[in-house]
Amino acid sequence: MPIKVLVAKPGLDGHDRGAKIVARALRDAGMEVVYTGLHQTPEMIVNAAVQEDVDVVGVSILSGAHMTIFPKVMQLLADQGVDDICVVGGGVIQEDDIPKLKAIGVREVFNAEASTQDLIDGIERIVGEYGRASTRAAKAATAAAATVR
Amino acid sequence: MQTTEKPIADQQRDWEQLTLLPFTDRRPEAREAFRTQGGAVLERVYTPAHVADVDYARDLGFPGQFPYTRGPYPTMYRAQPWTMRQIAGFGTADDTNARFKYLISQGQTGISTDFDMPTLMGYDSDDVRSEGEVGREGVAIDSVDDMLDLYAAIDLEKISVSMTINPSAFILFAMYLVVAEERGFDRKKLSGTIQNDIIKEYVAQKEWVYPPRPAMRIVRDTITYSAQHLPRYNPVNVSGYHTREAGSTAIQEVAFTLAAGIAYVEEVVKAGIDVDEFAPRLSFFFVSQIDFLEEVAKFRAARRVWARVMQERFGAKKPESMRLRFHCQTAGVSCTAREPLNNIARTAIEALAAVCGGAQSLHTNGYDEALSIPSEPAMKIALRTQQIIAEEVGIVGTIDPLGGSYALERLTADIEKACFDYFAEIDKRGGVIACIEDNFFQLELADAAYDLHRRKDAGERQVVGVTKYRDNSANPHVELHHVDEAAAERQLGRLAKTKASRDGEAVRVALDKLVRTAKTDENIMPATIAAVKARATGGEIINALRPVFGTYVETPVF
Amino acid sequence: MIGTHVSRDLARAISAVENRISDLPAALAQLSAHGHRAAAGHADVIGVTGPPGAGKSTLVDRLIEGLRASGETVAVIAVDPSSPFTRGAVLGDRVRMQRHAGDRGVFIRSMASREGGGGLAPSTRDAVRLAEAAGFDVVIVETVGVGQVELEIVAVADLILVVTVPALGDSVQTIKAGLTEIADIFVVNMADRPGANRTAVDLKHMVHEGRRDIPVLQTIAQDGTGVQALLEAIAARRHGDDSNAVRAVRFEVVRRARDRAVIAALAQLDSSDGAGVLDRLRARDITRNDAIDALLTLLEGPVHAY
Repeated sequence: MPIKVLVAKPGLDGHDRGAKIVARALRDAGMEVVYTGLHQTPEMIVNAAVQEDVDVVGVSILSGAHMTIFPKVMQLLADQGVDDICVVGGGVIQEDDIPKLKAIGVREVFNAEASTQDLIDGIERIVGEYGRASTRAAKAATAAAATVR
Repeated sequence: MQTTEKPIADQQRDWEQLTLLPFTDRRPEAREAFRTQGGAVLERVYTPAHVADVDYARDLGFPGQFPYTRGPYPTMYRAQPWTMRQIAGFGTADDTNARFKYLISQGQTGISTDFDMPTLMGYDSDDVRSEGEVGREGVAIDSVDDMLDLYAAIDLEKISVSMTINPSAFILFAMYLVVAEERGFDRKKLSGTIQNDIIKEYVAQKEWVYPPRPAMRIVRDTITYSAQHLPRYNPVNVSGYHTREAGSTAIQEVAFTLAAGIAYVEEVVKAGIDVDEFAPRLSFFFVSQIDFLEEVAKFRAARRVWARVMQERFGAKKPESMRLRFHCQTAGVSCTAREPLNNIARTAIEALAAVCGGAQSLHTNGYDEALSIPSEPAMKIALRTQQIIAEEVGIVGTIDPLGGSYALERLTADIEKACFDYFAEIDKRGGVIACIEDNFFQLELADAAYDLHRRKDAGERQVVGVTKYRDNSANPHVELHHVDEAAAERQLGRLAKTKASRDGEAVRVALDKLVRTAKTDENIMPATIAAVKARATGGEIINALRPVFGTYVETPVF
Repeated sequence: MIGTHVSRDLARAISAVENRISDLPAALAQLSAHGHRAAAGHADVIGVTGPPGAGKSTLVDRLIEGLRASGETVAVIAVDPSSPFTRGAVLGDRVRMQRHAGDRGVFIRSMASREGGGGLAPSTRDAVRLAEAAGFDVVIVETVGVGQVELEIVAVADLILVVTVPALGDSVQTIKAGLTEIADIFVVNMADRPGANRTAVDLKHMVHEGRRDIPVLQTIAQDGTGVQALLEAIAARRHGDDSNAVRAVRFEVVRRARDRAVIAALAQLDSSDGAGVLDRLRARDITRNDAIDALLTLLEGPVHAY
C-alpha cells in the first residue's frame, strides 16, 4: 500500500523547484503524490488533503509567511475533525520558528539542506510512527460498523 | 603563430604519453571527468588546437563592434564602472525609501526595487490573498501615492530606477510615469527599467495573472509606448536569472532567454514597428553562478548570439539594436544557510565573473541571502565587494581581460552553438508561445533541475561547509533583517487613505475606459496611466481586466 | 443532497476499497452509517478519456463549472498511471481543477492506476459507486487513453467523451483504435490550433461510416469556447437511450470471452499434446510458424478458416 502525500504550495510564492523535485523523488520512492499547484489558500490545501485522504501533507513555503500559513492549515484540519493527517514543512523556514511550528502540531520541518533521502526517510518514519490515514480510518469504520450491528 | 613544428594536437598526444601518463600512473587524477555545473566536460588543458574554428575577426572582433563578444562598448569600465545596483524593498514605501537613501550614501549608483508578493501578483494589500504577505518579501505598492513616497527625494532624471515587476509591470510603469510627471521630471530623461518579461514567468518564476497570449500583448504595448515616449528607458529586462535559479543549465539560461527576446521582437515587429526603433532599448538580466569559466563564457556567448540573431533574423541595421546589454545578479541558490559568511566569498567570485563577462549593472547578494531578505550590514559588504573589484583588483583597466583564453573561447563557442540548436528546435515546434503551451521549456528545466539534484545527492558537486568540511557545531548567528510585522497594518492605513481621498467616480470611468481599450488592439498604456493617475489601485486594474484576458492556470510537469 | 462531512467520509471509503481494507459492500455500509445512502443508478457517470496532453483536466474543470451552474453536484475521479518501475505516481490532474477546492458541491479524488496498467485503477469502479452513494449527481471519471482503458471505462461510465487535439496529417489514426468504438461524443480540444477543422472532419467521416449518431465538437477548454455546446450535448445524451448499455454488454462479453480464451490457450500449452509440439520445436523438427499452427489446431480446429 503506497504512502500518499499531498505536496502543497500555499500563498503567492512561485518557487516550485523544490516542491517538484520532492514530488518526483517521492514517486521514485514508490509513493503516490498529489500536487496542488501554485497559489493555494490554506482552505484549498486542507480540502485537497481531506478529499485525497493523504497520509502526509508537505507544505513548501519560501516566502517567510510560514507563521501565518501553518497555523491556518492546522486549524482548518482540526475544524474538519481531521487529526490523523500528518503535516510537514519545507523551504525557507528560520531555525527559531521550527519549535513554534512543532508546538502547533507540524511533525517535521525539512530545511533546504535536507537531501531527498532525508525526506523520504522522514516521511516513512512519520507514517510508521503515526499510522496511515487510511488504515486508521478503516479501523474506525470497522469499529463503527461493529457497534451498529 | 605559424611554425614548422608538429601540429599542436599531435604535440598534445606526445605530452600525454611522455609527461602525463607517468605522472598519472603514480598519482591518478581525482575524477574520471571534471564537468561544469551545466554538465559540459572540461578538457584537461586547452590549446590553440581546441579553438581552431574560432576566427578573431569574425567571432571576437573589438569591443563595441559586431558581434560584440568582447563588450557592447568600446571603452567599457575604463570610462566608468558598471552600475552598482543593490536591490531593496520591504515594508511600506517609506521604509524602502530610507534603504535607497542609505545605499546611495554608501556609493550605490542605481536603484533596484523589490516588491512584495501581493504587488507582484496584482493583489492589493487588503485582498484576502495578501494576508501574511504584505511588505514581507518586498515593498507594498498599491497605488501611485505609495510610489510617490517610494522614490521621494530621488532625482529620477539623474538616477536610473529598476523595478523587478512582471505581470503588473504595465501598472507600475504607469505609476512611475505619473510620479515623474507630478514631480516635474522630463520623461525624455528618465532612464531605468521594468523587468516586464512575462515569458520567463510561465517557465520559471511563476508570477502570472493572465494567459500567455494576452500577456504578450501587454508587453508589446509597454515596449511600443516606451519606444515612442522614453528614449532612455528599457521597457523589458529579458531574464535568465530565474530560469537558472529554477535549475536550468547555463546553456538553457542563455538559449531560453534569448528565445524570449526573439519572441518579444517578433511581437512588436508584427505590430508594424521597425526593429531599429525599439530593439536598442531591450535589455537583459543574467545570473552569475559559481562556475567561473562557464559563466564568463556564457555572457560572451550571449552577446555574440544576440548580435547575430538581430542582424540575420531581423535585419537590424543600428549597432544599438544588436548589442546586448545586461544586468547581473550573483546566484541566490549558491548561497548557503549554513556558515552564511562563506557566502561573501562565493558572491565575490561570482561578481568577478560578471565583471570579466562585461555586465552593465550588478547586484551582489548579501551573506544572508539563503535566510532572509537582505539586511543592511549584508548589503553594505555586498556593495563593498563590487567596489573592491572596481577599485583594487585592476581588471577594469583592460576590456574582456580573459578573451583569447583557449578554454574560454572554446566554452563560448560551444554555448553559442547550443543556443542556435535550441532556436532551431523552438522554431520547429512553432515558436516560443507554442513551446510554453506545450510545456517544452518547463520539461527541459524540470529534467535539468532533477539531474543537478541527483548529481549533488551523489556527491558529484560539493558545497563547502554543508556537504564537505562540515562543522557540526551550532551555525554562526547572523543578525537578519527584522520583518516589521506592523508594516502591513500601516500599509492598510495608507491604502484606506488613498481610497477615501480619491474621486471614486473618476476611478470607475477610467477603469471602464481601460477595459474597453483592452478589448480592442489599441495600446493600453494611455488608459492605464489615466487610471493610475485617478488613484485606481493595482488590484483594481488587474481585476478589471480579468474578464477580458482570462486567468492562467499552469499544467505542471515534473 | 450532500451531507456534512461528506468529503471526509467519502474519501475514507474510497481509501478503504483502494487499499483492499474493505470490499464495496462494507464501504457502502460505512457510508450509510454516516448518512450517505443514495441509490445505485441515480448518478450519471461521465467518462472522459483520450491521449495524454489533450487538455482533459482543463475540460473537466469547465464541465464542473457548467454543471455547478445548473445546480448539480459533481464528483471527479482522476486516474493517472503509476510508474511500472517504482509503483509510485505523481497525480497532477487536480491542479487544473483546484479552483473548485472550496466548493462543497465538488469532490475531486486522484487515483493512481496501480495494477490497472495505466488506464483505470482496479478500484475505480467501486470509487464511482461510492461517490454516487455519497449523493453526487454526476461522477466524472477522467483517465488517460492507454492500456485497456476502453474496455474498463465502458463498464464504468454511462456516457463517454473522447477528447483529442488537432493533429497534422492523418489525425484519426492517432486516436487509439478502441477509443473510437466507445465514444458517445468526440471533442477536438485546443481548437484554436492548426488542423482543428480537418481533425473534426476526419472524425465525422469515421463516425458516418460507422452509421452512428455521435457529435464531433470543437472546444478551447482554456478559455471556455465551445463548452456550452458540449454541456448541451452531454445533457441531451444523459437522459437518452440505452445504446451504452448495449455497448457495455458487448464489451463485457468480449472481455470475459477473451479472458477465458487466454486461460484455455495456456492450458493447451501445458497439455501433453501441446508439450509434444514444443519439444519438436526445440529439436528443430518444425519451424515456429508450424508450431503455432499446430498448437492453434489443437485448441480450436483448423487455423486458417477465413
